[in-house]
Amino acid sequence: MITIAPVPRHPPLVRITHWTAAASVAALVVSGTAILLAHPRLYWGETGVAGEPSLVDLPLPLVLTGQTGWGRSLHFLSAWTIVITGVVYVVAGMRRGRFRWPHYDALQRRTYTVVVFVLLPLMIWTGLAMSPAIASVVPFAVLVLGGHQSARTIHFAGASALVVFVVGHVVMVGLAGFRRYVGAMITGDLPVPKEVL
Amino acid sequence: MSGGITRRTMLRAGLGAAAGISGLAVAGELARRYGLIPPDHGGLYGIGETLTYGTQRVLMATHSMAREFSRREISRVAPVNGDPPESDEYQRLLAREFSAWRLVVDGLVTKPASFSLQDLQRLPSRSQITHQACEEGWSFIAEWTGVPLATLLDVVWTKPAARWVVFYPYDESWDSIDIAEARHPQTLLAYGMNGGDLPAAHGAPLRLRVPRQLGYKSIKYLSRITLVDSLDQVENGKGSFSPDIGYSWYAGI
Repeated sequence: MITIAPVPRHPPLVRITHWTAAASVAALVVSGTAILLAHPRLYWGETGVAGEPSLVDLPLPLVLTGQTGWGRSLHFLSAWTIVITGVVYVVAGMRRGRFRWPHYDALQRRTYTVVVFVLLPLMIWTGLAMSPAIASVVPFAVLVLGGHQSARTIHFAGASALVVFVVGHVVMVGLAGFRRYVGAMITGDLPVPKEVL
Repeated sequence: MSGGITRRTMLRAGLGAAAGISGLAVAGELARRYGLIPPDHGGLYGIGETLTYGTQRVLMATHSMAREFSRREISRVAPVNGDPPESDEYQRLLAREFSAWRLVVDGLVTKPASFSLQDLQRLPSRSQITHQACEEGWSFIAEWTGVPLATLLDVVWTKPAARWVVFYPYDESWDSIDIAEARHPQTLLAYGMNGGDLPAAHGAPLRLRVPRQLGYKSIKYLSRITLVDSLDQVENGKGSFSPDIGYSWYAGI
């Protein structure tokens, strides 16, 4: 006889940080888009204005002018949320002494490592580099990126990579069994078929 | 036995919660005392505003200086948002090249005064080539010349109780900055740009320049400056007209 037995898979801290980060990323993408659409051109260097050559003119409509107010407020609220979530996650992982992601294959582990330790820190860095207040405290953080507008362009490239990751992640979960794995990330248990004698 | 563990766990959780709540209360009181709470701290977005403003105020306690650039880095194009005020009062002043214009400085000062453009130009001046980013995303570099706001605050004998500086221009906007930003050496009342007079589109005859914040904080067409100890009773109580149109009071970002 075969029964379905729940096997513990995700501890509570992983589940809470996963969904908090997921909600933050969704809010960051929506609000980031609202900010971007006020000036959908990217530049390299310190400066860039309409009427000067750009690096890329994004094929986006300039329709959302006047949306950057709530866009920025939501962007910073969700940025603070994902930063605090990330600190909790990494500190908890360090206390366990490992980031092994035991249930996943090499490609998944490599991807998660890059997202957590490279992509998200780069987003925080390039985001902070665009702040005139932070630039006054650590000018070096802007200089090594090539300037204020370079930081903005890298921030956009990183955001695009993050969106590609999220889409790939959701597609992979879908292929593996959407209800089963999303359920496991909610309840903590993965239902596994078991042969019972 | 398991009862003991539960009691101990509950005791620990209770102590933790009590410590957490009193810790938050102490942090809140300290933040208020050291001026780490922005005037528009209400609502859900206010949490983000407060975290950003408080953190950056602590980081900038080192009197950090905005980056300055060389003359050849000055942008060829310096765009503006919006047009000069259409009011008769402003248009009359503009037509006579601001000869009749005066800047009124009042509030918590010992010697309230009004200044003509020549009065301000006789005070020690400062020129700085700084980067200005608009909240929309574009940015440019320009040279600004003017009198440091700190100098003017000394000329009128600002009282120690003054904690905020409020700016009223000839248009419908108004804004304020905290006294730390007002006393910062790069915070200017600018009357010159890129070696010439300040053009009308850039805020003639006098505009604020706050290079450690986004462009919209550097309001134009100044008419009056008032020093206050609290923003609660000033207009909307949120320190600026910006929150009324969805933007934050603090623009250090």
